[in-house]
Formats: sequence, structure tokens, C-alpha cells
Amino acid sequence: MSALRRSVDGRALGGIASGIAAYSGLPVLVIRTAFVALCLVNGLGLAVYAVMWVFLPQTDGRTFQSDRRAQAVLAGLLVLVASTLSALGPLGLLPGGSTVLPVLAAVAGLVLVWQQADLAQRQRWRATASGSQTMLLRLGIGAALMVAGLIGFLAQRGQLASARAGLLSTAVVVAGLALLSSPWWVTMASDLSNERRERIRSQERAEVAAHVHDSVLQTLALIQKSASSPAEVTRLARGQERELRSWLYRTGTSEGSLSGALTQLAADVEESFQVEVDVVTVGDLALTEKLAAVVSATREAVVNAAKHSGVGTVDVYCEVEPEQVTVFVRDRGRGFDPATVPDDRHGLSGSVHGRMERHGGVAVVRSSGGEGTEVRLEMPLS
Amino acid sequence: MTTVVLVDDHRMFRSGVRAEIGDRVDVVGEASTVAEAIELVDRLQPEVVLLDVHMPDGGGQAVIAGVTGPSRFLALSVSDAAEDVIAVIRAGARGYVTKTISADELVDAVRRVAEGDAVFSPRLAGFVLDAFRSDVPVADEELDRLTAREREVLRLLARGYAYKEIAAELFISLKTVETHASAVLRKLQLSNRRELSRWAEGKDLR
Repeated sequence: MSALRRSVDGRALGGIASGIAAYSGLPVLVIRTAFVALCLVNGLGLAVYAVMWVFLPQTDGRTFQSDRRAQAVLAGLLVLVASTLSALGPLGLLPGGSTVLPVLAAVAGLVLVWQQADLAQRQRWRATASGSQTMLLRLGIGAALMVAGLIGFLAQRGQLASARAGLLSTAVVVAGLALLSSPWWVTMASDLSNERRERIRSQERAEVAAHVHDSVLQTLALIQKSASSPAEVTRLARGQERELRSWLYRTGTSEGSLSGALTQLAADVEESFQVEVDVVTVGDLALTEKLAAVVSATREAVVNAAKHSGVGTVDVYCEVEPEQVTVFVRDRGRGFDPATVPDDRHGLSGSVHGRMERHGGVAVVRSSGGEGTEVRLEMPLS
Repeated sequence: MTTVVLVDDHRMFRSGVRAEIGDRVDVVGEASTVAEAIELVDRLQPEVVLLDVHMPDGGGQAVIAGVTGPSRFLALSVSDAAEDVIAVIRAGARGYVTKTISADELVDAVRRVAEGDAVFSPRLAGFVLDAFRSDVPVADEELDRLTAREREVLRLLARGYAYKEIAAELFISLKTVETHASAVLRKLQLSNRRELSRWAEGKDLR
């Protein structure tokens, strides 16, 4: 352990006790008890704790988790102290014993607000605006507790009347100062948010530039090199188009969905064979074992069409209905007679028919010479 | 020959289309902005306007809204986003094809739009089937639901079938296929189904 720091992980209030425990190697409960005990000595523990909270730097813990159990223990200890003090009060053992509760209230308010300040700082670093409602709520409660505590304290001491005059003049001065300096506060706040917005924007710009460089510019360079081969140029352009489209619209990239798998399949086949594969999907589902079988069978059918049809386009249509999923793979190529396919040709019989039937589905091939081929894959969902 | 005006803010794309189909249709003018397009189309009154979906100042939708003449619109786009396509169809386009369409298919699509038919690319057919999914409650039975036959026709379109092939597949006439397609287009434009309205909303922001 290098230096004494306020611990962020496993803290109950400000992380002082857990920080000291981590530094010294003592159990955290011992440190906490010591602090609470010191509170009994004219509130010395409280003062020490507060000073340390202000001056000790925080660790850079990532998780920012308060330790609920530690908070409960601490609350218990505080209640113990409070009830001891309250019990001592009526016995005349403490001067003005009834001021204990107001003071405790004020301290609780202070703790809430201070802890909030820590939180606000961390959130600014992360540049997220989430949780601002709870933040306001906590600030409000903290301030209310503080004010109530102070008023209670003064009232108990019977000094409320004399304090009122002083409070009024202080309030007037504070209000005047606030009014006077308000333009600077406003400017500062808007500067800060402008600066943040600008930073986010430049980050986004950098991300877009990086993506365009890695994908589009590289592809354009490749296209210039392969200008003599139209098929290669088409293949490069199609692949880049698909990639850019999925990046822009964030569609078809959803991992683990049926439509995402089909889009990926189309991209793969286009890469390996020089064909266009147009995929149209209606509805979507998360990928299950059954649907994965459908995707594999579809892949086999598309590859067959790419290899044997002799045309440059394959249409894939997938529709999700309540009871079943249907996929059509169609080409307008030379076609064949399904009855004449020899049994040793595994593509159709094994990968398409077999795969579908093993999972309770069915594959129907329709083809005739010169009129292209259509493979229909049906998979019931129940 | 069918008279055509090309509207696209990319000059390269316009000249590419002109070179590809210029000998089979009569390209009477080109426009690169929404304002220019509205003026030109109303002055020349071509039979068909080939319209880019995405342009500054409101895109294809704004052109359709601004033109008062009888010209028909065929939307061309590189976009795969359902909302863009649905929005321009609801604004009044008679069809939608992607910019990668072959010259022959484009000529055929222009001719069909000129005759008042609807043009569905497989992708558009897929979007429409998605938008009219039957498991959503509907307000207007007649407009918000597709008939079984219309659904069948759309399904075949989405599978990549040409009108002629659909007619043969369903044992109906080519004219009947066209009637079904036009009925679907009409429903697409008039239906208030929530998904359709949602898709068509907020497109001026682009």
C-alpha cells in the first residue's frame, strides 16, 4: 500500500476508515469503532473524520460500490452513541443535552451532501448525466437536515431570537453577492457544458474518420488496383457497401438473430463466390438450435446456387410467422432435375434435406432445366 | 418513348443513369435540388420522375409534395432504411427500387410506373409485409389489412419473382397481379396503421 487514501470500494461514508484499514492493515471495524468512540470525546472523532474527508485524496477504484453491510454497522454504532448521549442528557451529565439530536441531524445532512459531492465529481469524469435526479434528491434532503439541525440547535439554546437578526443581515449580504456574481456563474456553467459538448463531438468525428479510413479508403485503394477486373471491383464494392450499411444503420449486425445470421451468410457467400446475394427478411427471432439448422441449410442452398446456377444473383427471402419460419432461396439459373441428382452428391441430400429433417423441418426443391431453382425450407417453431 | 426527368443531387449518378437508359427512355431534363426539381417537373410535365430519396432540403418527399402536375414518381435510393422508403411511398411515389438495379429492370420499372402500375422491389415488398404484419390490432379493416391474395403476391415479389412469374405461379392474369400490387400501394399510402405513421414521421429532420 503506497499512501493513505480514501477508499472508494467498501466505504460506508467517505471511505476514511476503510482507507486507514487498508493502509494500516487493521480490521476496518476496529478503526470505525475508534472513530465512534472518539466522537464521545467532545465530538473529536467527528472533527478528525471531517478533516480527513476533505484533505485525503480518493483512490481510483473503478467499481464505486458502497459497502451496504459496513453502512449498516456504522449506522448501528451511531444510533448507539446517540442513544447514550440522549440518556446522559436528562441525568444532567451533559450540558444542554437536548441539543444532541439537532447536531446529529446537521451532521447527517453534511455527510449526505459531502458524499454527493464525491459522487458528482466522479460522474463528471465519466461525462454521464445519469442519476441527476437522485443527486438532486440527496442534496435536497441533506440541506434540509442541515437547516433543521441548525434551527433546532439554536432553538434549544434559546438563541433563536437573537440569531434571527443576524441571519437576516447575513441572508441579505449573501443574496446580494449571489446576484452580483450571477453572470459569472452562468458563463462558467455554459462554458463548461460547451466544452464538454465540443469534446464529445470531436471524439465522434475521430471515430468516424478512423472508420472511414480503415474501411472505405482501404477498399477504394484496392478497387483502383483491381480496375482491370470488373468482377473483383464489383465484389469489393458490394462487400464495402454491406459493411458501411450495417455500420450506418446498425441493422443486420445483431449477433444471434436470424436476420443477422442470414445477412452474415450472404456476405460470406458473396466474398467466396462472385455472386450477389439479396436477402429480404420479414420478422425476426433469436437464434435457436433449430433456426441455426435453418441457417446452415440456407447457406448450403445459396452456395449450391452460386456454384451451379450460372447466374450472378441469388434471392433469399425469410419470413417469420407465428407457427413457423420459411426461407426461400431462388436463382434464375440453368436449373436441374432433382430426380437425377446422384445419391453421392452430399450438398443437397445431406446438408439441406437431412439437416432440416433432423430438426423437424422440411426442404422442398423445385427446379427444371432452364427455369432456375428454388429451395423452400420450412421449420415449425413449436 | 417515355419522358423522364432525373432528380438526384449527385451529378455522377444522373449521368450514369442517362448513359444506361437514355436510348430507351426520353430523358428530358435533370435537376439536382428540390426547388429546381419542382420547377422543372411542373414545366416539362414528364410522364415519370426518377427521384432520389435523400437530398438536402427535404429529399424526394419534398419534391412530391411540391409538384402540382400529373407526373408519376419512382423512388431510387441507396438507403435500406425502412422508414425512408415507406415515407417516400406514403408521400405518393408509385414505387421504389435500389440504385444497384440493372438497366433493363430500371427501364421496365419506368415503363410500368408510366402506365400507372406500382413497382415493388423485393426489399420494398419485405418492408410492406413487415409493416402489415397480421398480429397487430387494426382500426380500419379495409385499409389496415392485406387480403390473403395480396399477401401472397407480396411474398412472391419479396422472393424475387417478376410479375409474369407471379401470374404463372398463382394461375392469374398479369393484369390481376398489377391490380393487387396497386391495391397494396394504395393501402400503404392511405392506412393509418401505427407502424406506418411512425415510419413516416420526422423525416424532415434529415
